[in-house]
Amino acid sequence: MIFDYETLRLIWWALLGALLIGFAITGGFDLGVAILLPFLGKNDTERRVIINSIGATWEGNQVWFVTAGGALFAAWPMAYSVAFSGFYFALLLTLFALFMRPIGFDYRSKLPSQRWRSNWDIALFVGGFIPALIFGVAFGNLLEGVPFHFDDEMRSFYTGSFWALLNPFALLAGLISVSMLIMHGAVFLQIKTVDAINQRCKQMVTVFALITMALFALAGIWIANINGYQITSEILPNAPSNPLTKIVTKGLGLWLANYAHYPVLWAIPGLAFIAGSATIILSKIKRPGLAFISSSLTLTSVILTAGVSMFPFLMPSSSVMNSSLTVWDASSSLTTLKIMFWVTMVFLPIIIIYTSWVFRVLRGKITQEHIHNNDHSAY
Amino acid sequence: MIAENVVDLSRWQFAATSLYHFLFVPLTLGLSFLLAIMESTYVMTGKEIYKDMTQFWGKLFGINFALGVTTGLTMEFEFGMNWSYFSHYVGDVFGAPLAIEGLMAFFLESTFVGLFFFGWDKLGKGQHLLITWLVALGSNLSALWILVANGWMQNPVGADFNYETMRMEITSFSSLLFNPAAQVKFVHTVAAGYTTASAFVLAISAYYMLKGRDAAFAQRSYTIAAGFGLAAILSVIVLGDESGYTDGEVQKVKLAAIEAEWHTEAAPAAFTAIGIPDQDAMETRYAVKIPWVLGLIGTRSVDEPITGLTEILEKNRLRVRNGMKAYALLHELRQGKRDDVTLTEFDRYKTDLGYGLLLKRYTEAVVDATDQQIELAAQYSLPRVVPLFWTFRAMVACGFIMLAVFVFAVIASSIRRCRQTWLLKLSLYTLPLPWIACETGWFVAEFGRQPWTIAEILPTFLSASSLTELDLYLSLAGYLGLYTVFLIIEMFLMLKFIKLGPSSLHKGRYHFEIAKGAAL
Repeated sequence: MIFDYETLRLIWWALLGALLIGFAITGGFDLGVAILLPFLGKNDTERRVIINSIGATWEGNQVWFVTAGGALFAAWPMAYSVAFSGFYFALLLTLFALFMRPIGFDYRSKLPSQRWRSNWDIALFVGGFIPALIFGVAFGNLLEGVPFHFDDEMRSFYTGSFWALLNPFALLAGLISVSMLIMHGAVFLQIKTVDAINQRCKQMVTVFALITMALFALAGIWIANINGYQITSEILPNAPSNPLTKIVTKGLGLWLANYAHYPVLWAIPGLAFIAGSATIILSKIKRPGLAFISSSLTLTSVILTAGVSMFPFLMPSSSVMNSSLTVWDASSSLTTLKIMFWVTMVFLPIIIIYTSWVFRVLRGKITQEHIHNNDHSAY
Repeated sequence: MIAENVVDLSRWQFAATSLYHFLFVPLTLGLSFLLAIMESTYVMTGKEIYKDMTQFWGKLFGINFALGVTTGLTMEFEFGMNWSYFSHYVGDVFGAPLAIEGLMAFFLESTFVGLFFFGWDKLGKGQHLLITWLVALGSNLSALWILVANGWMQNPVGADFNYETMRMEITSFSSLLFNPAAQVKFVHTVAAGYTTASAFVLAISAYYMLKGRDAAFAQRSYTIAAGFGLAAILSVIVLGDESGYTDGEVQKVKLAAIEAEWHTEAAPAAFTAIGIPDQDAMETRYAVKIPWVLGLIGTRSVDEPITGLTEILEKNRLRVRNGMKAYALLHELRQGKRDDVTLTEFDRYKTDLGYGLLLKRYTEAVVDATDQQIELAAQYSLPRVVPLFWTFRAMVACGFIMLAVFVFAVIASSIRRCRQTWLLKLSLYTLPLPWIACETGWFVAEFGRQPWTIAEILPTFLSASSLTELDLYLSLAGYLGLYTVFLIIEMFLMLKFIKLGPSSLHKGRYHFEIAKGAAL
């Protein structure tokens, strides 16, 4: 198969999206479950039930995130370097929160002390809540534009502050992220648990699905009233990656331009509401497996909605707009995109196959009895 | 220009977080294989004790693995956070192996490690064994791709500078993959990991035997560790010295610096076993030299000379001047003067562009550099000899001591079932050596690469992100604080479970669960 540069750039935009969605669907419920841990688990055994419902699989799920980071580095090196150095403290905070997870899971139940365990429960909560919030906040900031520019040797400078990242719109995006991952985590827990915890999960699903949809609708109204960006010079989708050769302007409501051009795209945010409502119903009628699928669809549509609004922008610059990074000028070389495409085409299906197999092996409910029987080996 | 302090702090932070990460990685690499060997023995013989061994050493593996994963994430973030110009300048090449590592290795390792711990009752014996092998395979493949990336930093083959994008881009993926520097590093590093894990199991098993506890369990563990460890340390030593003679200009500089080889001597060069190197005078005082050895190790021949630092410096003066020309041409190209003459001239000089960039330390414009600045840049192109000279010798000394210990351990466990107290004590006290060797080895490889992040292409001081000193102090403080707490917790749990031994499995047949002195 012969691909041109333009096609490969589009494919890599889609693949990055796919990896992020993969993370939201798998790692996302782990984050949600960790946030719910102190609230749904009323005693140590219940908390261990919750932890062990994701204990054996969370590690593999988080690799979606690690791989998305690696793919960003390999396929969109400029976006990786500008975003990671610009969002320095936001990422540092995320990283420190994520630290709590491997050790939290592995170390928590190694000692019987109640104090030891409840401290780790807080750590696990932080490890779920902070990343979920900051991922959303980061998306919010991307939509608003980030103050950065390049010098003529392509060194990037970020001119904003950490606190500027925590603006109202970005926080709204952060809350959407948190509430949808709580919904997703609650659906997963509903699959894995019985009795009291299972009941509490169902309530959580309803509450957080409603909150997610309400906040998402609010963001939709809000976005029509903030600046979007567009390229006004000629687009050269096959040119070498140099972000300094185009002209970008901003204007109110421009993020809805793609939807105006292709009204069929409205189906994507529309699906978020349909799938969100279906999640509530399916959870209520005790079909958590189907509810999980529809909850996954909800996350997918929310993420895609943001991606489609911004296309072809990856990271618009609010201070020197022509420095903005887009799909057409921030990618790796043709050769690298090609190599990485084939590597991904070979390994992604293999990953999906063995991950599904592992979930199948570990299927079934985690009960309090299970924890008692495996007191020394379970998390 | 980024402030010098910011660069230094970024380097300190990267060194601290990598060295810390590398406390856990070698043990994971090696222990995963030892677990696979123990479990294979269990499946083949059907003896429960080998299952207990897999599970107990697996518990320690888990405690270590958690921190390895925790601190590994830092590394992936740090390239972008702290080395953003590096990430832009070489991301097209360097990013690929990192992404492949995720797809091919880290997914495998992380997805199956959960089944390793929680799949005992859900899988057949053969299936579980397969999982354990896959975890070992995953962690070792992970090392492969990381070292492909690192090998490229040492010997950047298969890539070319593109003036339109201001960065290095891949020209040959197979050269990147089959980079001799990467292959040698991979073998040396994983073998060092196997050695670390073997020394770990050997020392702790020796401790149980010294305490007279769980003899059958400890002896079997000791024997496996001794055999695997001997094979591993031999590989480290035999394949380790190859790190010295592989291709790459900076690798040669590194070799000359490690050996304090100030001047090219007639082949075959002598090996300076010990001495006091003095960089300013460019001589080594009180040097004890062994004739021929360096020539043999470094070139695998008796007639090829090893280039000395003085001669390298002479060559680099010229390369800095060529680099100035390349830099001037690059500016013309960037400003749109893209005629054939400029392009041909640029192609002629661009291999020295990196040496031109070294001048940025002394003058922003580069093209206006004075003779004195050129001299400074050329001097700066050599690494500092003294730290490399000593850390290398510390690493080698640890290696040879471990070799002796493993030889004794193999002999003892094959003839007399290893009960000599002196040998058990020796085995126990050897415990820190692999870590000292791994950390000093990291230092030799990476400090020896200075002043470059990408050898001869991108100087370290240009690679850092445009952050402020305060940013760096805050993040450094955060890392140091958290990492210290984590290390205390990890050591506490490690020691607790080591002291408890296999009794922590609650199988009802080990020391603390049965009457003292009762037979197993």
